[in-house]
Amino acid sequence: MKVIVPVKRVPDTAGEKKLDPNDRTVDRDGVESVLCPVNEFSIEEAVRLKEKHGAEVTVLLIGPDSAQPIVRKALSYGLDAAVQVTDDAISGSDALGTARVIAKALESMEWDLVVFGNQSADARTCLVPAAVGELLGVPSLTFARYLEVNGDEVVVHREHEEGWDVVSAQLPALVSVVEAINEPRYPSFKGIMAAKSKPLTVKSLADIGVDDGAVGLGAASATMYEFEPRPPKSAGTIVDDDGSGAAAAQLADWMAEKKFV
Amino acid sequence: MRTSPFTEEHDQLRSAIRRFVESELAPHARTWEDEGYFADWVIPRMGELGFLGLTVPPAYGGQGGDYWSTVVLAEELPRCGSGSLPMAIGVQTDMATPPILRFGTEEQKQSYLAPAVRGEKVAAIGISEPDAGSDVRAIRTRARPDGDGWVIDGAKTYITNGVRADFITMVVRTDDAQPNDPWGGMSLFLVDTDLPGFEVARKLDKVGMRASDTALLHLDDVRVPGEALLGTLHEGFKQIMWQLQGERLIAAIGGVAGARLTWQRTVAYTRTREAFGRSVASFQVTKHTLVDLATRIEAAEALLYEACDAWNRGEYDTERIAMCKLVAAQLAFDVADTALQLHGGMGYSREADVERAWRDARLARIGGGADEVQREIIAKLLGL
Repeated sequence: MKVIVPVKRVPDTAGEKKLDPNDRTVDRDGVESVLCPVNEFSIEEAVRLKEKHGAEVTVLLIGPDSAQPIVRKALSYGLDAAVQVTDDAISGSDALGTARVIAKALESMEWDLVVFGNQSADARTCLVPAAVGELLGVPSLTFARYLEVNGDEVVVHREHEEGWDVVSAQLPALVSVVEAINEPRYPSFKGIMAAKSKPLTVKSLADIGVDDGAVGLGAASATMYEFEPRPPKSAGTIVDDDGSGAAAAQLADWMAEKKFV
Repeated sequence: MRTSPFTEEHDQLRSAIRRFVESELAPHARTWEDEGYFADWVIPRMGELGFLGLTVPPAYGGQGGDYWSTVVLAEELPRCGSGSLPMAIGVQTDMATPPILRFGTEEQKQSYLAPAVRGEKVAAIGISEPDAGSDVRAIRTRARPDGDGWVIDGAKTYITNGVRADFITMVVRTDDAQPNDPWGGMSLFLVDTDLPGFEVARKLDKVGMRASDTALLHLDDVRVPGEALLGTLHEGFKQIMWQLQGERLIAAIGGVAGARLTWQRTVAYTRTREAFGRSVASFQVTKHTLVDLATRIEAAEALLYEACDAWNRGEYDTERIAMCKLVAAQLAFDVADTALQLHGGMGYSREADVERAWRDARLARIGGGADEVQREIIAKLLGL
């Protein structure tokens, strides 16, 4: 079985997130980049498929040369190989543009199953996995909190507000996983060191047959015209407890007023 | 920007260890400190994650990393909020097991080193005795030949991991000291703690390092097989002098890393704490105090990293390592003491973690060769 895990480079989730005032996209300068934390769960699931079924797992990343440490980080968990699609024209792509690049990249590779994170920690649209499924015409089983492969069938528990549905599809298929699916492991130092020597193939848009004009900021289906930084937090309300019980009533009133209860 | 000895791989290892320390160890540290014993699952868990064999060759289950990988571990462990854990792990990885890799037979490596790397066997190093600490030549615990094995009699004390240890890398006397023998008739043995006659006489109560099990051990006619001898007969003193270099270096690294952490926390606290209508951090006396410590931390780290670089290349300079140990131990304690002062009542109370760091740091000036021993070594090597 061949499995592909698409991963994303995102600004450090603990850092302050900013938009670039010039092109109104995520400002990646001045903030450290990390492997999207949601991908630790999709990678873990792929590593389990490798352990259980001997799956051959390839990581796929769309991003510039500077994102290569993120590819190595993904490989350090024990994945087999990597493909990185790098092209200046991709910069500024929206979710659909990204989905087009991923779909075309996947068409150029061999696979039975693609395991996405359900969303990225920066954009959080949750659109890409389903959009790729649509573009490729293969089933996409999103929001999986459980994943199992039996022969040529994939079964997932698809999470929703009231619980989950058991859904299945014939391979090839796409799955996106939620953070409840597993407990990601730590990469071992052996894995970290081995990541350096794992094969990494870099492809351009031309290599995977994507027209420059179909992606990037210019091709985005939504345009951002304006944005404003979130206003700073205002001072909170301090409730003094004088022991008379008045504080509890004050707290309850406040919660009722804010519709927390 | 100065060059860093750490590669991108070391940085990734650091982030994995930090995540482990902060999510799996730190939440329990206070409980372990109060109970006077850190949980038994810690060592097997760290073995499972490969953190106990970072520099050990893969043939013995290790990760095959360089010395800087164990430096990363020693620098990250103090974040757990208990000095006892870094000490116990340091004993396991950089004090009790390196002599097995360096002097041991293939069988000893498979039966002691490999299980220690996996976290299945806990290791301790047995040097100090009730009547011999810094003065290693005064060791009295003795092994006498008995058929194809040895019988050991004596006592060892202040043994870190001594209660939970499965085996002890122990220095014992195998011959009387001869005037013409520079090594004084001592040998190293790997002593299993489940042998008849081996007894944990007492778990010692201490001012700091409270989550660590420090023990007084009695050996009453403990019979060990011939294969328990580690390295060359009667050359134990030479071997343990090599072991002490690694022990002192890793202790120094942990000490400076802990000092840096305490310094950072103190800066953060003094920024929030107000006195006379302004933050404590804004007073010149606070700034100068913190600047002096920051300068000493940077200077100590530069000296340490130079020694680490040499150790990584298989070289060492006893004088330099003694200097590392001396400077790091004093710095660790001075930073903790100043941090406590700047925290005021908060520092003396158990509300903050400073008093724990202060109590733990005091050991640095005693364990692994006291300040005075390091000064004697340096004085001798400087020809004073």
